[in-house]
Amino acid sequence: MTEPLVEIRGVSKRFTKRLDVAGKIAQRLGANIREETVHAVDNVNLSIQKGEVLGLVGESGCGKSTLGRVVAGIHAASDGQMFYEGKDVATLSGSDKRAATLAIQMIFQDPFASLNPRMRVEDIIGEAPRMHGSVSKAESADYVDDVMRKVGLDPSLKRRYAHQFSGGQRQRIVIARALAVKPKFLVCDEAIAALDVSIQAQVINLFMDLREELGLTYLFISHDLSVVEHIADRVAIMYLGRIVESASTEEIFSDPRHPYTKALLAEAPRLDQRRREFAPIDGEIPSPLDPPSGCTFHPRCPVATAECRTTVPELKAGRGGRETACLLEHAETV
Amino acid sequence: MTAVLEVSGLKTHFFTHAGAVKAVDGVDFTVSKGEVMGLVGESGSGKSITGFSILGLIDPPGRIVDGSIRFNGDEIANAPEERLKSLRGNRISMIFQDPMMTLNPVLRVDTQMIEAILAHENVNRQTAWERSRDALGLVGIPSPEERLQAYPHQLSGGMRQRVAIATAFLNQPDLIIADEPTTALDVTIQAQIIHEAQKLTKRTGTAMIWITHDLAVVAGLADRISVMYAGRIVEQGGIDDVIDRPLHPYTVGLLGSVPTANRRGQRLFQIEGMTPNMFALPEGCAFGPRCQARTAACSEQPQIKDVDGRRLRCFNPQRTEETTL
Repeated sequence: MTEPLVEIRGVSKRFTKRLDVAGKIAQRLGANIREETVHAVDNVNLSIQKGEVLGLVGESGCGKSTLGRVVAGIHAASDGQMFYEGKDVATLSGSDKRAATLAIQMIFQDPFASLNPRMRVEDIIGEAPRMHGSVSKAESADYVDDVMRKVGLDPSLKRRYAHQFSGGQRQRIVIARALAVKPKFLVCDEAIAALDVSIQAQVINLFMDLREELGLTYLFISHDLSVVEHIADRVAIMYLGRIVESASTEEIFSDPRHPYTKALLAEAPRLDQRRREFAPIDGEIPSPLDPPSGCTFHPRCPVATAECRTTVPELKAGRGGRETACLLEHAETV
Repeated sequence: MTAVLEVSGLKTHFFTHAGAVKAVDGVDFTVSKGEVMGLVGESGSGKSITGFSILGLIDPPGRIVDGSIRFNGDEIANAPEERLKSLRGNRISMIFQDPMMTLNPVLRVDTQMIEAILAHENVNRQTAWERSRDALGLVGIPSPEERLQAYPHQLSGGMRQRVAIATAFLNQPDLIIADEPTTALDVTIQAQIIHEAQKLTKRTGTAMIWITHDLAVVAGLADRISVMYAGRIVEQGGIDDVIDRPLHPYTVGLLGSVPTANRRGQRLFQIEGMTPNMFALPEGCAFGPRCQARTAACSEQPQIKDVDGRRLRCFNPQRTEETTL
């Protein structure tokens, strides 16, 4: 196997709410308060090959966006290492570091919030490449036209502001801005969730065209299983800060192994199922402030055993070489 | 089957300074007892305004300019406020996308639920409290006595939506209008909410209008479906007919845009262009400029007619081989 384009090892991200002065005094005086720590991402390993699309699926609050931000370099990881083309990003400096940072770009969910309303489209797209010196001022105008055409926008609209565009076009502007610095890797965080169905299809097609044309690699974060099934080569399922299953798209959808993956797949509505009885799993995703002991899924799991309450399962190969974080899956290999 | 609701020729227009917006422009449908009708469309298609019109929730500059809404045989379009008040939350309930639109943030859940009962019925507080508690139990809320004491902000999104649904069902209404009730929720929570709604409609024979943009949800839940585009219903029929054998080019396009297993890795069908500006709708068929089956006839407004066992507003029905899903 070739070297992965991006790899993360043992990455954790914790957010701590520090006590204010009043809190500290109260604590001194014996009040039962403490600093609260959220384990948003907990010891995650991922590797993404060049040209691959990895789908990261999970429900709200599972840490998938935080993981995406760590990969994109927006958040620094609390623990763990990240490698870009085999080099530890933390050890890079100078132009190498800048190259690695520019090569990974992020696309956010809300195109309204991620565009500066006071900038013209030509500046939104043209600013970064000009700043980084990859195009000269003179070439900038032509370059912006090129990038706009690539994402299916009419270059004659470049003097306009973001609010003069529809939602789908705005998402195209966001994509153009990311592409302008010639990235190799795009982190798409719910990039199509805010769009209408017919516009979603246009943007999914655009992502697939760009992948073919530019050889891009994606980390595609979504809660929408059918979109991930459509676009991803490999899927990782996340629950409460940990990856619970990872496999090729075919394997995940035809033969899910982890009970949580099974539940997710069973409950996703599909066009080909009519007047079905929805038979959901109980409960909701627990608070990451106070995660359950052992396997974090055990309070909702239909097949949990006593051991699941105490032992934390690792993500490792079990039955049939499939990677899951489930004690029962691991046990069946023995 | 008896019709609970008959809507015919409904037109709700908004008169703004920039001109009139025909948000709903000639909508007809019937919902029978115990039936679930899916009302599907993209943003701005008028699906929510249709729901609001039924309950008389249209504020100026909007108003119902034409058409009739018959609920259990009585005309309620532009009915006096007193009459509508006696229906709302009693015979017709609404579930909104954001449960905080239903729930008052400064009142406890029990206050709000008991109020919903006492507003329409002459029972004592204790009975009302018991009914509220039972309603919460029915939608799968654990320890309902305690939850009744809570304020809405103390509940999670899924719990709040359950409270909103329990409140909607409190007076055993004849009709529930659910406007994107699961759009903001996670997959597992969405399944729980749909499950509860299904169970309750079956128990009580309540008819339901489920407004959504998500075709997959409607496919799994509804008996009949109406597809809206630019303020009009373009196709309406049984769920199997419309989803498996769509005739209107817009329905065909919408279904083609949904990523499903069999098309993995292929380009999705995409409808060109974008939803039209409601201030300046195209001449003739509103979908015309985006339509691939457009002909000269489409410069005139197509009327809705019966075609192949359904209602269709199109000159060029797309009779293709069965779409494989």
